Amino acid sequence: MNPIYMDYAATTPTDQRVVEAMMPYFGEIYGNPSSLHGFGQEARAAMEEARAKIAAFLGAKPAEIVFTSGGTESDNFAIKGVAWANRKKGDHVITSAIEHHAVLETCRFLEKEGFRVTYLPVDEDGLVDPADVVKAITDRTILISIMHANNEIGTIQPIAEIGRIAKEKGICFHTDAVQTFGHLPFTVDELNIDLLSASAHKLYGPKGMGLLYIRKGTRITPLVHGGDQESGRRASTQNVPGIVGFGKAVELAAATLQEEVVRLTSLRDRFIQGIFERIDGIRLNGHPARRLPNNINLSVESIEGEGMILSLDMMGIACSTGSACSSSSLEPSHVLLAIGLPHELSHGSLRFSLGMYTKEGDIDAVLEALPQVVGRLRAMSPLYAGKK
Amino acid sequence: MSQYSEKVMDHFAHPRNVGEMENPDGVGKVGNPVCGDIMNLYLRVKDGVITDATFKTFGCGAAIATSSMVTELVKGKTVKDALAISNRAVAEALGGLPPIKMHCSVLAEEALKAAIDDYMARQGKKTE
Repeated sequence: MNPIYMDYAATTPTDQRVVEAMMPYFGEIYGNPSSLHGFGQEARAAMEEARAKIAAFLGAKPAEIVFTSGGTESDNFAIKGVAWANRKKGDHVITSAIEHHAVLETCRFLEKEGFRVTYLPVDEDGLVDPADVVKAITDRTILISIMHANNEIGTIQPIAEIGRIAKEKGICFHTDAVQTFGHLPFTVDELNIDLLSASAHKLYGPKGMGLLYIRKGTRITPLVHGGDQESGRRASTQNVPGIVGFGKAVELAAATLQEEVVRLTSLRDRFIQGIFERIDGIRLNGHPARRLPNNINLSVESIEGEGMILSLDMMGIACSTGSACSSSSLEPSHVLLAIGLPHELSHGSLRFSLGMYTKEGDIDAVLEALPQVVGRLRAMSPLYAGKK
Repeated sequence: MSQYSEKVMDHFAHPRNVGEMENPDGVGKVGNPVCGDIMNLYLRVKDGVITDATFKTFGCGAAIATSSMVTELVKGKTVKDALAISNRAVAEALGGLPPIKMHCSVLAEEALKAAIDDYMARQGKKTE
């Protein structure tokens, strides 16, 4: 059997067309985009072309795009940058319990610096209630940061509404859109976004490349000092090949976005329907409808996620788990606990994330393999025997 | 996944002595579903020698492999010798475990001790 990769939410393969677009900028066109000579200006032109492409895709202005080293840096920059720049105005940040660690750990860091952070709960489908956002706002609130879609369970948040609430109150609104940028159609104006984090390697671009969209007029303190690159908002010589590759990846994503959403949604639903027909004692985590077109997150009763991952890996199938046993902390996923999943079910979680190269045959192969794996592990499990 | 030795993967993929035993002479049940590991170990003892051992385990790959290995290690040993089997011995027999998975070998040792304690308690009752 050919290997089947179903972990696109972790990372995607860099598209060959992206690699080709990047190649000249490692060798022939090596100038520093800050240099005034021809070598530099040639590199700068390519960089600005990518910036303009990405800005247009987001419905933003090129000057509102700051390139970073990835989604994690963008989250750090947005949250610390806005908190620091608005310290005199307030000291309160609102976020959710199911954010990516890049947001949660940054918020915890701010708490150590004396900021107060509200971590909003989510319902059993993983949704933030906009009414909770309204209730949490105080006259000291300077930032609301709610992710666009959750990386583990795929739930898509009511971002436009939360953004509207923030706008009405004059509070800065940030969203971590790492899982949706290039995967769902939207503009920053439609969703009332002031700051948006995105990463290139989630949409067939290079690793180590990200961006922060910063709406004009947003007060933000730089994270990295030492030069006036990126209009003084992020020092460091730009990663020109990475930026060019990011631009190409966005161009390719934009061209097929609508049809990919339809295609992946259909594959996802085929997977979900098929797996419920074949295995008893399972649960779909995340919202049934308001979810990423490529995300399937299941909890399998009576067995543990790492064992399933290992077994599937032996069969050439790659996916991931929120199980504690697979993490270095030995803590189950904070997202699964936040949706109220009991510990034992969070141990048995599996995430399959589909992508550009996923075909119907791959779905069918996994639908064939997973019941075997589950059957074998359940035969060993004292919890399953107890049920009979 | 390369974090595990070949032996661990072998015992995970082809676990030895899986299943619940009928009328065992000693049973050890350790762990809980909240922490993510449950190990049930069953022993058959004849004239002070462990003649058979089986297990049922809920847990990660390492937990299944250590369960399988401990059943192999105790078979043919006297109860006294089996009590001397440490978690390190189980881990070493598996060609080592990643540091974060050493607790699985501890669970295997605890399951074995619990099963032997249960056997002893049953023996005590018989002689009363």
